[in-house]
Amino acid sequence: MSTSAIVMLVVSIIIIWGGLATAVLHLLRHPEEPESHDPE
Amino acid sequence: MAQQNREQWGTRAGFLLAAIGSAVGLGNIWRFPYIAYENGGGAFLLPYLVALLTAGIPLLILEYTIGHRYRGSPPLAFHRMSKPAAAIGWWQVVICFVIATYYAVIIAWAVRFAGFSLGEQWGDNPGAFFEQEFLQLTGQQPGTVTTFVPGVAWPLVAVWAIVLVVLLSGVRRGIEWANKIFIPLLALLFGILVVRALFLEGATDGLNAFFTPDWAALTSGSVWVAAYGQIFFSLSVGFGIMITYASYLRRRADLTGSAMVAGFANSSFELLAGIGVFASLGFIAVSQNMPLAELELQGINLAFVSFPSIISEMPFGASAFGLLFFGSLVIAGLSSMISIVQVVVASVQDRTGLTRVPAVLLVGGSASVISVGLYPTDSGIFFLDVADHFINQYGIALAGLVIVVVVAWFLRGLPKLQEHADATSTMRLGLWWRVTLGVITPVILGWMMWDSLSTEFTENYEGYPTALLLTAGWGVAVGAIVLGVLLALLPWRRQADDSPMFGDDTTEEGRR
Repeated sequence: MSTSAIVMLVVSIIIIWGGLATAVLHLLRHPEEPESHDPE
Repeated sequence: MAQQNREQWGTRAGFLLAAIGSAVGLGNIWRFPYIAYENGGGAFLLPYLVALLTAGIPLLILEYTIGHRYRGSPPLAFHRMSKPAAAIGWWQVVICFVIATYYAVIIAWAVRFAGFSLGEQWGDNPGAFFEQEFLQLTGQQPGTVTTFVPGVAWPLVAVWAIVLVVLLSGVRRGIEWANKIFIPLLALLFGILVVRALFLEGATDGLNAFFTPDWAALTSGSVWVAAYGQIFFSLSVGFGIMITYASYLRRRADLTGSAMVAGFANSSFELLAGIGVFASLGFIAVSQNMPLAELELQGINLAFVSFPSIISEMPFGASAFGLLFFGSLVIAGLSSMISIVQVVVASVQDRTGLTRVPAVLLVGGSASVISVGLYPTDSGIFFLDVADHFINQYGIALAGLVIVVVVAWFLRGLPKLQEHADATSTMRLGLWWRVTLGVITPVILGWMMWDSLSTEFTENYEGYPTALLLTAGWGVAVGAIVLGVLLALLPWRRQADDSPMFGDDTTEEGRR
């Protein structure tokens, strides 16, 4: 593979899969609060 | 006090997997790789990311917030936002109904081709096999039906049966449960396929073609429109699916956080698909000694002509590779199909007060009868191709445009929706969110609409006969709008909106 193709492969993977990992970690750090007294 | 009787997701992960399952569909596998390759290769990453962040994720947040705040299927949610806007919701319901009838057909083809992979039953000429033997095309005028094709009909009935059984089982026990199996399984199967593809001879040539950046492409407006188009069609926005799915969330739900996960997960799968598809295309180009550009690189022909050729050329494990590829298509298709039909089912339930089982039987029964009656014929692929093109452009994309214009410009609803999303999410939305939806998205979608309309009036789509385009194309797209408006105008015995909203546009008393 050419250098530019390898660079773009790596950059794409880091940004897109990294973005997914970051988004998932963000959610995991903020767990849902239990809904014990849902005011209706 | 209102009775809280709306179905709910069991877990946040369950909702996310269902949302990802809906977004990840056939387009991720057969559309994205080609669009990226055609529009700058590696350089496409830039407009693609810009489109994801300035249109895709903001639109996902918008749909999640509408669904969650107004707690309803699209017609009910829009009705609660503003009565006349219910017509947009019903328009989306008709769009979903139309798409469901032909989407199931492609899944049925993939089911058969998974079977054909065992022993490479397509022989030496997969193109001729697909068109003549499998679809029984005889070179007749597209649009004329001369024969019924049982080989498509019976797997189609099976696909409908699976989808309806899942929907009959409910949101939590059906949709959530199915996606908890489908999505990990899809990632596993497709992951194995990609690893195998990477070790094929010529794989690096394919990846070179896919990733080598053509930076000059970034100065072309059409490349940017292609990026927005890909993000828009790939994320399942504009159908009302995300509104429907978000209506089953609990009161406390991280809407923006979920949209980030779903948006990036969809793109992550697309990138994986791009790697797998182009590694495989590099292999077939080398083994058949053909330039890659001359192969069938996208859509139905990529899946049902190019991939059979690739499978036949494999040095070993050909049948397994075929099962992985067509199995992935079936799973990706089923999880999207389930979400599409659920929009219609939920809307019927919300409007009529029917319980789940009769609503699924009514919707599924009528859609499957049309699907099985129309598409397993020797003109099925033409009906499918024309309906798909027109309902995508003048259904989904146009509905997306109308929604942002109506919500942002006419109802001035963005600040209120932003407040709702911020109150329940961990990430706060800023002015950027209102700018992306109020300015960027309408301008780009408007331009896409103008661009595709002007092509439509210059030449017949794919050179098809005008009569076919007027019926299966324009007729379906315009019919969806008319029917949407009529359904919104119909007087009904009762408005079954007795589940409480999570927003406070109207008082509890006002709605009862």
